Amino acid sequence: MNLDPRNFPQNVHTALGDTRLKSALARLKTHFSVSRKKSIARFGDFETLRETGRAIRDHAIEHLDTLLETFEKNVTARCGHVHWARTPAEACEIILTILREAGAKTVTKGKTMVSEEIDLNTYLEEAGIAPVETDLGEYIIQLRGEPPSHIIAPAFHLHKDQVAETFRKAHTTLDPDRALTERSALVGEARTMLRARFAAADAGITGANFLSAADGAAVIVTNEGNGDLTRLLPKTHIVLTGIEKVVANMDEVAVLLRLLTRSATGQDITSYVSVMTGPRAADETDGPQNFHVVLVDHGRSDLIGTEAQDILRCIRCSACMNHCPIYMAVGGHAYGATYPGPLGAALNPGLIGMALAHHHPNASTFCGRCEEVCPVKIPLPKIMRHWRAQEYAKGLAPKMPVFALALWAFAAKRPTLYKFGARIGARVLKFMAGRRGAVRALPLKNGWFAVRDFPAPQGQTFQEMWRRR
Amino acid sequence: MSVRPRVGLFVTCLVDLVRPQIGFAAVKLLVDAGCEVSVPASQTCCGQPAWNAGKDADAAAIARQVIDAFEGFDYVVVPSGSCGGMLRRHYPECLKNDPTYAARARAMAAKTFELMSFLVRVRGVTKVDAKFDGRVAYHDSCSSLREMGVRAEPRQLLASVAGLTITELGEPEICCGFGGLFSVKYPEISEQMADGKIADTLSTGADVLTGPDFGCLLHLAGRMKRQGIAVKVRHAAEILAGTSDGPALGEGTG
Repeated sequence: MNLDPRNFPQNVHTALGDTRLKSALARLKTHFSVSRKKSIARFGDFETLRETGRAIRDHAIEHLDTLLETFEKNVTARCGHVHWARTPAEACEIILTILREAGAKTVTKGKTMVSEEIDLNTYLEEAGIAPVETDLGEYIIQLRGEPPSHIIAPAFHLHKDQVAETFRKAHTTLDPDRALTERSALVGEARTMLRARFAAADAGITGANFLSAADGAAVIVTNEGNGDLTRLLPKTHIVLTGIEKVVANMDEVAVLLRLLTRSATGQDITSYVSVMTGPRAADETDGPQNFHVVLVDHGRSDLIGTEAQDILRCIRCSACMNHCPIYMAVGGHAYGATYPGPLGAALNPGLIGMALAHHHPNASTFCGRCEEVCPVKIPLPKIMRHWRAQEYAKGLAPKMPVFALALWAFAAKRPTLYKFGARIGARVLKFMAGRRGAVRALPLKNGWFAVRDFPAPQGQTFQEMWRRR
Repeated sequence: MSVRPRVGLFVTCLVDLVRPQIGFAAVKLLVDAGCEVSVPASQTCCGQPAWNAGKDADAAAIARQVIDAFEGFDYVVVPSGSCGGMLRRHYPECLKNDPTYAARARAMAAKTFELMSFLVRVRGVTKVDAKFDGRVAYHDSCSSLREMGVRAEPRQLLASVAGLTITELGEPEICCGFGGLFSVKYPEISEQMADGKIADTLSTGADVLTGPDFGCLLHLAGRMKRQGIAVKVRHAAEILAGTSDGPALGEGTG
């Protein structure tokens, strides 16, 4: 599956017809949303925490250059290496070079969305290196040849029986008659299959939830422990993440962790929080021998100073998509991009351009629920509107709606003409509705009339009735 | 007796075109609350379709036109959280770089209210003198709820209507899928969201669906009409003003 973001309406059509997807997505309301609410209630003054988190992230973005330099200096001081990648292609090349130097043939991977963003797995496979995803969800979708449909629950679109079917097809060395109905059986099987891969890996790649500049440290949260096995067992560990993940110090990381886990899974804390500070020191018994951090820009720095800058505050909790009525209806794959939902709608145009991401900021009712639940208060609808305005200003918006809107705006700026038009419209629509009370269809059976009737107007406008009263 | 506040009623383009009785209901409620109501003739639309589409110059031109017509009143009242939100939240943003209108947009925004929250918060209305027999589900529109912070006021007023029972939706915070031009540009998603809201309404056992925003109601009534669902749809102002004797939205006469 490799859906194109430009085909969003067709992808939506397919997704809406998929009843299994629909029942999988229904779990969004009972899973993430409910546990988030409960954990925030347990916490108490979450609002103040959100304000603090917002300020920390704003400060980090405002001082991104100096924080990144401090981070690099401190990683280097501990014998690690920092690499800078302007584009996905550069990031892939840098990683391949590191892996070639390490003589790596197989690579285990913790969950990293930036890896999806730069399509690293395809690149490594073409170069003869086998990437093995070790996050359970990522492992499942890698076996299925699918991209993630959610940023923290990559296989959220699947049911247990679909996972069992995938495992039976992939794990051909196991007893074909084994029972795979229980969740625990599926988890156990994945763990068994992955154990050997962890031990055999020449290198490990993880993402980073945060970078602490003062410590030259990368921090990840996981619930499965796969991140630690990925980063500790192989000789070489590569952290792959975006440049915007840096903050000043671990105190700031602590604040953001409180926001992140509660907003994401509704946990007070995840099972594991791993702080990675470089290669194994002389007096340490474990850890990698080589430690690399690859920092990807991919359009992020261009957002600074624009109305879209606030999206760089994002801590990737997924609360926006978990509460988004559009995401809830169509799921993640329909977007055809690494970042679905409101996050994607605000970020994707900056990463892949409006020509590809046109539908993402446009497919929103601006209901505002995403902004309401965002732990760092990103004004997501405002940023989506910014992209729409950019599209319009550059003449990239689709022609028909632009023409219709121009016609409407022409009238709306001329009250006399407008009122004349409204009087005709009210009468014509009332006539068309007849005794049915609603217009069933205009000759063009799309848009409004594709799915609904138009309730009949009373026949005269308020303005004319008011003047005549 | 204190001086009656002068209220400019921004009737909204959809109410003007489709359902004037909502406008008259709003006038009655405002007059009953001791206001002197005017309806400036030069109003057309609040400009939200242009603003949401990113046509900033058109939105700004329409915003200036509305400010010219309405800034002289003590209050601007809108029977819609969505159009009200445009005046209150988005005009200041839209005109922030306009040297002559930026401050005027902010000043007008500060005295712009959604109808029901105006009645309760500003005029201290606690109950209305109206009768309506039915089980009524109340759909908070997203803009009333999140842009205008209106949640308790409509429920308080509706609860005072004789014969009326409010049935709360299971998921009042979820969007109905209208979203202005969204409903036309992405009809399939809009349909799915409408059907969710309609299923929620039906599960409450309500025979009437009401709300503060005519756009949502037009969309939901149109969808239910297409589906042959008999729940009647009326704007909350009609019910509160006791002027809901005619056909409901989209209801046939034959």
